[in-house]
Amino acid sequence: MVGLSEYLIVAAALFSLGVIGLFLNRKNVIAILMCIELMLLAVNINLVAFSHFLNDISGQIFVFFVLTVAACEVAIGLAILVSFYRLRRSIEIEDINTLQG
Amino acid sequence: MEVTALNTTELLAIPALPLLAALLVGLFGWALKEKLSHIITSGSVILSALLSIHIFTQVLAGASFEGNFWTWMLAGDFVVPVGMMIDRLTVIMMITVTIVSACVHIYTIGYMHGDPGYSRFFSYISAFTFSMLVLVMGNNFFTLFFGWEAVGLFSYLLIGFWYKRESANYAALKAFIVNRIGDFGFLVGVLGVWYFFGSVEYSVVFAKVPELFAQHASLSFMGWEFSAITFICLALFIGAMGKSGQVPLHVWLPDSMEGPTPISALIHAATMVTAGVFMVARLSPMFEFSEVALATVVVVGAVTAWMCATIGLVQNDIKRVIAYSTCSQLGYMFVACGVSAYSAGIFHLMTHAYFKALLFLAAGSVIHAVLAQQDIRKMGQLRKYMPITYITMLLAALALSGIPPFAGFFSKDLIIEATMMREFTEYGWVGSFASFALLTGVFMTAFYTFRMFFLTFHNSDRVEPETKAHLHESPKVITIPLIVLALGAVFSGMWGVMYLDIANPEIAKGFFGTSLFVLDAHNPLMELAEHGEHGMFHFLLGMPFWLAVGGISLAYVMYFRESAMPAKFAKAAGPVYTFLLNKWYWDEFYDKYVVAPVRCLGNFLWKSGDLAMIDKGVIHRGIVDSIKDGAARMRALQTGMVFHYAFAMVIGVFGFLTYLLLNG
Repeated sequence: MVGLSEYLIVAAALFSLGVIGLFLNRKNVIAILMCIELMLLAVNINLVAFSHFLNDISGQIFVFFVLTVAACEVAIGLAILVSFYRLRRSIEIEDINTLQG
Repeated sequence: MEVTALNTTELLAIPALPLLAALLVGLFGWALKEKLSHIITSGSVILSALLSIHIFTQVLAGASFEGNFWTWMLAGDFVVPVGMMIDRLTVIMMITVTIVSACVHIYTIGYMHGDPGYSRFFSYISAFTFSMLVLVMGNNFFTLFFGWEAVGLFSYLLIGFWYKRESANYAALKAFIVNRIGDFGFLVGVLGVWYFFGSVEYSVVFAKVPELFAQHASLSFMGWEFSAITFICLALFIGAMGKSGQVPLHVWLPDSMEGPTPISALIHAATMVTAGVFMVARLSPMFEFSEVALATVVVVGAVTAWMCATIGLVQNDIKRVIAYSTCSQLGYMFVACGVSAYSAGIFHLMTHAYFKALLFLAAGSVIHAVLAQQDIRKMGQLRKYMPITYITMLLAALALSGIPPFAGFFSKDLIIEATMMREFTEYGWVGSFASFALLTGVFMTAFYTFRMFFLTFHNSDRVEPETKAHLHESPKVITIPLIVLALGAVFSGMWGVMYLDIANPEIAKGFFGTSLFVLDAHNPLMELAEHGEHGMFHFLLGMPFWLAVGGISLAYVMYFRESAMPAKFAKAAGPVYTFLLNKWYWDEFYDKYVVAPVRCLGNFLWKSGDLAMIDKGVIHRGIVDSIKDGAARMRALQTGMVFHYAFAMVIGVFGFLTYLLLNG
């Protein structure tokens, strides 16, 4: 029988992968977006797991909201990237640093 | 007595109509033509005047209203509702305000024609009418305060209406600042009411006054022990002094004549300045329980009535003569309230509103004709050119002087007789002092009014030649309001006494019913009814009448024809004349002892605070530069690298979680 803690361990592992990916990757913006997505999904697993074990359906409903928002976010993020690429001919992270003091 | 309910929609419409018109014309005046602007505002004010008259007739038949519409503020026990209290005191104010305002609106169409700020002006006067209606119709101290401040604001805006004139700006500022001082006292009074009574609604507060009086509630202030009611009344009265131009806060009222003449008539003669008198009468259930407050009201009123009359004797600006007369007449009203003859005070307020508005509007008509000349030494013989203005102004002048059967006679006579009857138990001298001031005031009032009148319309022709070609009677939009107000100036006194029964010594049985409250212990009108003479011609026995006739006769001798007498008088009086011409040196006094020290303090703070500490100075090249340097260093933290930010976030979350795990 798979218990609650197994789910949580998987979710924690996925979340850590996302965080590590965010730090190790210094080149590609798309990879950053993917890492963020991974972190969100890890959170979703937590929500579903708790929802199941606590017999509360609202956790699963919340997951749908998170998925929808995540999808929107990726769509907008990619759109920004496309226009940024047109402007600068590059999506290297090192080049995206004009917002500095 | 048949008691019917008043229609609340109708009641709400009375202040709402002018407000809507003001908003419409104020916001979209740039798009409206002159014609549309004045139709909207005048129309709505006339409509609200008609509604007021309708309400008036209903209230006369016995209806009344007291209730809340909305909650304005709510904080724990502190509840401020928005509501109305419509009784006989309110309705008489309502019809006075709306009728005078309607006349002024129509007059303005002719007077302000072609002014670049035409629709702005209409928007202001409509908004002013709204504020004044809120002031009189409200049922609690906060609606009173709202109206109080709002009329102050529009008074400021209208005095400074011709904002390109430096003197107008200064006059507007002066009015606002002097009123501010009074308003501070007023606010203290309102908060005092809340503190001692736990409510701001009139009905609740008035019901509790006798109880509080019996408990001898008191508070100490700067080492003095005050009765709570005395403290509240005095604080509120400071507000009334500011708004109603009483000594020593009267200095703004004559200067307010910088504004266009219609608003001098509407605001600085007929309505706003009477707010203080209205307030004292409205709060009669409180003032009645404080002998000290009543005595103060009488003294301040009497001093103002007398002093402003003396200044009025020698002024040469036609509007200033009338302005000082306004101050003086307001003094009469306060004396009436102070001697507990509230009904007489409000009666005088009403008659005064008509004849003083008429005087101002007629003066405006004259000023209009002589090309904005206001110096009466440069007028004369104008009756040939402007017969309607001449006759209406004559009626107003007779009414102001107190000649029967014109309006002013009835109300002023009542005030003076009541004052002579009233005896203060603790402050015996107050009554005789006030009687003396008012009686000499009557003589001076008659004199300066007719001095102004004769110099303008009779005497020798001193109009400058280039103005002469322009002399003509004003157009109909100007003369019709004059005629309407003249009817008020002639008949409102008789109407009040005979039809409304305003002068009934037992206030509760007369017109005002229960809306005014007088303790039986000191009701001068009652004593008057017991001791005084009756009959149609008893005025012939009264001193005020003969004093007024004397004043007019003296003015006739000195000014009807050109003569050397005035100059001789001025020379003989020497220093007294200069003293009066300079308005008792009040302005100079304030300049020296109030304005100069305040300016000195301001300069000091500016130099030592702003310049030395903040801009460049003691602490590390001044506060400004220190902040700049700090910011330059902090800026380096913003690298613009996404992973730096992400790193900071993650580290932050970890740090926070660790803290929770270890300490949570």
